[in-house]
Amino acid sequence: MQTAGPVTAGPRARPQHRRRRPSWASASRRRLSRKVKGLAYAAPTAVFVTVFFLLPLLLVGQMSLSDWPLLAGDRGVNAPDNYTRVTDGTLFWPAVRFTLLYTVIATVVLLGLALLLALLVQESRPGAGFFRTVYFLPGALGLASASLLFWGLYSPTTGPLSPLPERLGLADGPVSFLATPTSALLSTVFLVVWKFAGFYMLILLVGLQRIPHEVYEAARMDGAGRGQIFRSITLPLLRPSLALCLLLCVTGSLLAFDQFFVLTKGGPDNSTVTLVQLIYREAFQRMNLGTAAALSVIVLAALLVLNALQFRGLRRADES
Amino acid sequence: MLSRTLGRTPYYVVAGGLAVIFLFPLLWNAWASLAPQPGTAQESGYGLGNYRTLLAHDAGLWRYLLNSTVVSVLTVALTLGVSLLGGYAFARFEFPGKNLLFLVTLAVLMVPYATLLIPLYVLLGRLHLQNSLIGLSLVLALFQLPFATFMMRISFEAVPRALEESALVDGCGTAGALRRVLLPAVRPGLITVGLFAFLAAWNDFIAPLILISDSERAPLPLAVANLRQQSMGAVDYGATEAGVVVLAVPCLLLFLLLQRHYVRGFMSGALKG
Repeated sequence: MQTAGPVTAGPRARPQHRRRRPSWASASRRRLSRKVKGLAYAAPTAVFVTVFFLLPLLLVGQMSLSDWPLLAGDRGVNAPDNYTRVTDGTLFWPAVRFTLLYTVIATVVLLGLALLLALLVQESRPGAGFFRTVYFLPGALGLASASLLFWGLYSPTTGPLSPLPERLGLADGPVSFLATPTSALLSTVFLVVWKFAGFYMLILLVGLQRIPHEVYEAARMDGAGRGQIFRSITLPLLRPSLALCLLLCVTGSLLAFDQFFVLTKGGPDNSTVTLVQLIYREAFQRMNLGTAAALSVIVLAALLVLNALQFRGLRRADES
Repeated sequence: MLSRTLGRTPYYVVAGGLAVIFLFPLLWNAWASLAPQPGTAQESGYGLGNYRTLLAHDAGLWRYLLNSTVVSVLTVALTLGVSLLGGYAFARFEFPGKNLLFLVTLAVLMVPYATLLIPLYVLLGRLHLQNSLIGLSLVLALFQLPFATFMMRISFEAVPRALEESALVDGCGTAGALRRVLLPAVRPGLITVGLFAFLAAWNDFIAPLILISDSERAPLPLAVANLRQQSMGAVDYGATEAGVVVLAVPCLLLFLLLQRHYVRGFMSGALKG
């Protein structure tokens, strides 16, 4: 199996010693020409990243400091009005709280199940490959498609799940899965777990397969039981993969949009409005790009801080 | 504790039970799109009534499929083109600003999607690319670039240098070496990058939601979500279920066909970025 190092560790292009150089002058000319060619091949990437990434980053900063209605466009600096208006908004703190709550629940359930799935499909039994494909299959769908699917699945009128609790004697009458804040949150978590568990399973599976067989054998020779092996070998050696999953899962959950936009539409009573949904509402329902940009900058800053913290954890896990 | 319970419970009961839970929504949706349901075009008996609703909805299913195909093909082509050349440059050449450019490209991953979409909405307007499938594809390709560039860089680095040098000695320029010798060698990497780009472009929801305002130009996920919103009050679950089938089938088929290439994306370490 391939083991790739950290991102920047690739071997650098070495000057070509093996070929004979007629003279110094032509060698340095060739080096110069290779420099120019390298620049030419990298030019599309540079243009792309500058126009569609660096420029928008500068623009969002400028927009967040300006009065910028959706239809009228730039109306000059009004700093720091957009930021105060955003943090004073009635939905801001509830959205922060809800996004954090959703992130914690989704991450815990998702990574727990993904670990179980990875352990299941890692076994060398007949059918393990089939199970791996089945667990991953929902991951091939888009999140919006999956949300539309579950919107039908949860339907109180035609969905197959709503009569279930009544038949099991847990409720009187059909259940509406999206009717209360708690049930809407948990139903969305179930959808997200269904869609993404296989994805994280694959990452953990790669990590599991990197653990050398000899380590397990040595532990078994020393008389370690299954539970002991899991706790003192599998989990610690899997830490880099788990940390990567944590990073991706926390980032993805903090930026949740599709699932709530499609499934709950932020309801009931705005109880499931996430931060990114708030950006969308500011921009295209309240028609204010300035406050939407300010909110975007706040989300970006929060994410950068969080990623920096998690990267430090990830590196420490890599070292140990 | 986990593995102790695992040890006691028969393996196939746990694994099989989970497999049923994972497959059930997909199978139920496919069945429900054909089954009779009150309030849909398929009131009695099994049939394709819901798909007919979809064909007639607004600009029509064919229009939305065409939009989605155009966006996906453009995104895949842009991603492949830019990351092929960029990967070659990063793997084989020394030039000023090389490491900085590579880091900035990877940094795209660190910035939330939504943060960039608000300024991109304004920027595309200035470039006269607002409400355009080309503009949407450019944005979608940008978000593929970190993974694609990293993947292509390590693909090129895995090719023995001698292979390319013999082509250079034989009088090929660097472009000739790239086309004749390196391109076949990095093909698996290209397939992985293309597959990821296609799945992302075909399925993306928030970018077209923000960047495309004309319903004639909506890609399929947006069109199916709109179909549902328009028929508020009398909700047409059947047509939505048919829409999900049309959305899901290409992705599931591609994934099953190219599973090996998909898994390589995870093995490469590219996701460590």
